[in-house]
Amino acid sequence: MATAFELPSEPRAEGPAGPSVGRSVPRSDGEGKVRGTALYVDDLPPMPGELHGATVRSAVARGRIRSVTLDPTFDWTGVTVVTAKDLAVNLVALIVDDQPILADTAINHMYEPIALVACADPRKLARAVDAVKVDVEPLPAVFDPEVAERDQTLIAGTSNVQKRYVIDKGLDGQEIDDLLASCAVVVTGRYSTHHQEQLYIETQGIVAWWDDAGVHATGSIQCPYYVHKAFVKAFELPAERIHITQAVTGGGFGGKEEYPSIIALHASLLAKKAGVPVRMIYGRKEDIEATTKRHPCICEITSGCDADGNLLALKMRVLMDGGAYVTLTPVVLSRGILHAAGAYSWKHAHIEAVAVATNTPPNGAFRGFGAPQTIWAIERHMDRVAERLARDPLELKRQNLLREGMSTATGQVLRTSVGGLECLDKARAACDWDNRRKAIEAANRERLAKGERKVRGLGASVFMHGAGFTGSGERYLKGKVAVDLERGGRLNIRTGSTDIGQGTETVFRQIAADAAGITVADVDFAQPSTTTVPDSGPTVASRTVMVVGSIVERSARQIAAQVKAEMDAHGGSFAEASDRLLAKGPVTTLLTYEPPDWVKWDDVTYKGDAYPCFGWACDVAEIEIDLDTFEVTVPEFWTVVDVGKAINPIMCKGQLEGGALQAIGWALWEDLVWKDGAIINPRMTNYIVPTALDAPPFHTILVECPFSYGPGGGAKGIGELPMDGGAPAIAAAVEHATGIIANALPLSPERLFDLAQARVAESIPYSQRNR
Amino acid sequence: MNVTFQLNGSERSVDVAPLRRLLDVLRTDLALTGTKEGCGEGECGTCTVLLDGVPVNACMVAIGQVEGRRVTTVEGLGDARHLDPLQAAFVSDGGAQCGICTPGMLLSAEALLRRRPDPSDDEIREALAGNICRCTGYQRIVESVKVAAERRRTGGAGGAP
Repeated sequence: MATAFELPSEPRAEGPAGPSVGRSVPRSDGEGKVRGTALYVDDLPPMPGELHGATVRSAVARGRIRSVTLDPTFDWTGVTVVTAKDLAVNLVALIVDDQPILADTAINHMYEPIALVACADPRKLARAVDAVKVDVEPLPAVFDPEVAERDQTLIAGTSNVQKRYVIDKGLDGQEIDDLLASCAVVVTGRYSTHHQEQLYIETQGIVAWWDDAGVHATGSIQCPYYVHKAFVKAFELPAERIHITQAVTGGGFGGKEEYPSIIALHASLLAKKAGVPVRMIYGRKEDIEATTKRHPCICEITSGCDADGNLLALKMRVLMDGGAYVTLTPVVLSRGILHAAGAYSWKHAHIEAVAVATNTPPNGAFRGFGAPQTIWAIERHMDRVAERLARDPLELKRQNLLREGMSTATGQVLRTSVGGLECLDKARAACDWDNRRKAIEAANRERLAKGERKVRGLGASVFMHGAGFTGSGERYLKGKVAVDLERGGRLNIRTGSTDIGQGTETVFRQIAADAAGITVADVDFAQPSTTTVPDSGPTVASRTVMVVGSIVERSARQIAAQVKAEMDAHGGSFAEASDRLLAKGPVTTLLTYEPPDWVKWDDVTYKGDAYPCFGWACDVAEIEIDLDTFEVTVPEFWTVVDVGKAINPIMCKGQLEGGALQAIGWALWEDLVWKDGAIINPRMTNYIVPTALDAPPFHTILVECPFSYGPGGGAKGIGELPMDGGAPAIAAAVEHATGIIANALPLSPERLFDLAQARVAESIPYSQRNR
Repeated sequence: MNVTFQLNGSERSVDVAPLRRLLDVLRTDLALTGTKEGCGEGECGTCTVLLDGVPVNACMVAIGQVEGRRVTTVEGLGDARHLDPLQAAFVSDGGAQCGICTPGMLLSAEALLRRRPDPSDDEIREALAGNICRCTGYQRIVESVKVAAERRRTGGAGGAP
């Protein structure tokens, strides 16, 4: 990770000079990954005296702990146990300090951590976990967010409502209901989505130890400074005595945004008490059960438009299930409401969003961060409006699509880099939408006439996703990057932005190389550690390339200017001039992000520029459904995305396709099944994610409407966007194939079968129904 | 129990319980951590290695079954100076993102290319269907395998031992 290299086998010709941005240079952390030498946390060599750590968890969803005792018949020699009684500060620092590191008296969800155990022998460790006896008085639990909101029984904290937002547009003292009543066409619907597990292939893991320098935690981490903040609070240590380091990380997708604070605190508490290093690696079952999930969500929409399909008024209510603790829920809910109106222009809007607590494990960050839930709702709703108007859904969406100069639900006027229309038109052309729909319909009729039971359908979704932190977020955050000049005219990037597979390292090298006029191989990327890199802000929110990348670009330019000034003054090459400068002392920049000055946001009224810009996209799914089994397959998938500027086109497409497949998985197969607050399918055997055979061939088309404040000539954030459109496109395609209107996810055979049965029942005249 | 087997072309002996997982022998006893664990129950394919040239989940193989047999792990692909064309293609063509599924994916692809030097897209997807990747959507993995197959057919650098 520390040094750049040239691949010995020269997989793709890459000239030594000239710009690298826009070219698919090989990923710079690739060689270690394909050789198996990249060190993920569980690959780090054991440290002297190291113990394995494990967690004792709650077996009830809600209750009161009467006692935690150690089985006196068990041999506790060589075993370290930590309970809440050992903790000076028992809080996981995040947005609201409501979550204990270990449950003390109250249990608020199944699998809540109660005690920690460490031991050198992993088999004895497993027995020790069972020998910690927890006596709990069970209490009634609430799992349904609508019940939690309605019911005044407090199930967690001081209020079941974790957060509430309202967005109003163009009401001017009028009631949204009155505005809706004056519309020619009014459509109402309810749309819901379910939990989703991130299912990064590397489970969560940390190695922690204490020494003269303080506490160290190294592991699978998306945001080292989140863990750092949690340690400052829990251990009451000065910042410089906390050393959080990212090992090579096997995927995150949000699942390693905030959760690693908990496992890192746990491992460090054990290491402190035991006096030796402790390694905690979750097994798959524990990882699925205990870590955060995508928030389930229910949206109710009433919309009004004129007879020509021009959208006028939107009334929408969003209800999210936050789970037992707040974690990042307020921010997820915010992104949810900010994307709720979709990619469309509304004259009047009233949107309310509420998150409530339930006694399920806390929901948290997952790629898309609330937006896939509300975009599912608005896209499905737009299909309903199209049906009412007897219009082609894609044409209706095109008619109402936001264009440059138009304003979003928060009143944000879209100034620049508005690629929605181009994406829609290119997607329509790429799949030959009109002809393909007709051809599919004709082929379906033919197949059914021949007695075949498989039919196809074509469906589309249109969407946008805000890039970077919401509103004033970047201004508060003040993300920083350091770049050092090194001998031989090399640059070293020091940033808290992590590469968890998405390609940060490679793309930052490309941006820095072009900005400085050197080669990608002459740029290094420092291992993210809070001891050596500044806080660039978390690796989240589709902000890494666009926001942090722009600091990298500015820094590299600034250093190169110093070197070039030295070259102009005293001659020599870039490398020679660099060495002369370095002989006089270190040459380093530490720059802070400067958001575009026109970004104006009001956190109180929820009005203004929610994001500096948006990524735009249109997905088209072709599905095949078996009318006997109601199994759905996806033979074709087009995704056309406005990325601003693709720094590395192959890696960019890899992000888009990977995100799209997570969306397809969420739509069709991924389903956590709950019973009394417990997950009954916490394994890869029965939580089904797509394989290479389930995945469609992706037809991925990049559109580049540059964002002038983005690096490399206009890159925008695209990390989350591809998660937004897959599910509604699939549902629309199912509807095209069968007429089945599914407004809840997942589109499992069972759900589709039930909907088909109901549809058959409805189509039979009442007098002939079997009563 | 003493077990002797060929590991990446060299003879190795270990003295361990016969039911110890091949995965643990590789990662812990032999410190070859290129083989990763994803689920521990034979579902995700992350720990795929070749046993006599056939892909198996190392978490589901007891070391006692390996006596006298040939095991190939990711450390057996390419050599110190050269990446195998398959490894190189995963770096250049987007087959690897987070990289945790990559070693297993490479070995399933290696087994495919040994038996089918010019596979179709469908054959590639079929051969890799036991290896879960959560990052790529598989498109770039399929492309990488095709690029590698092409380079091998046209005498690209390197080669599997």
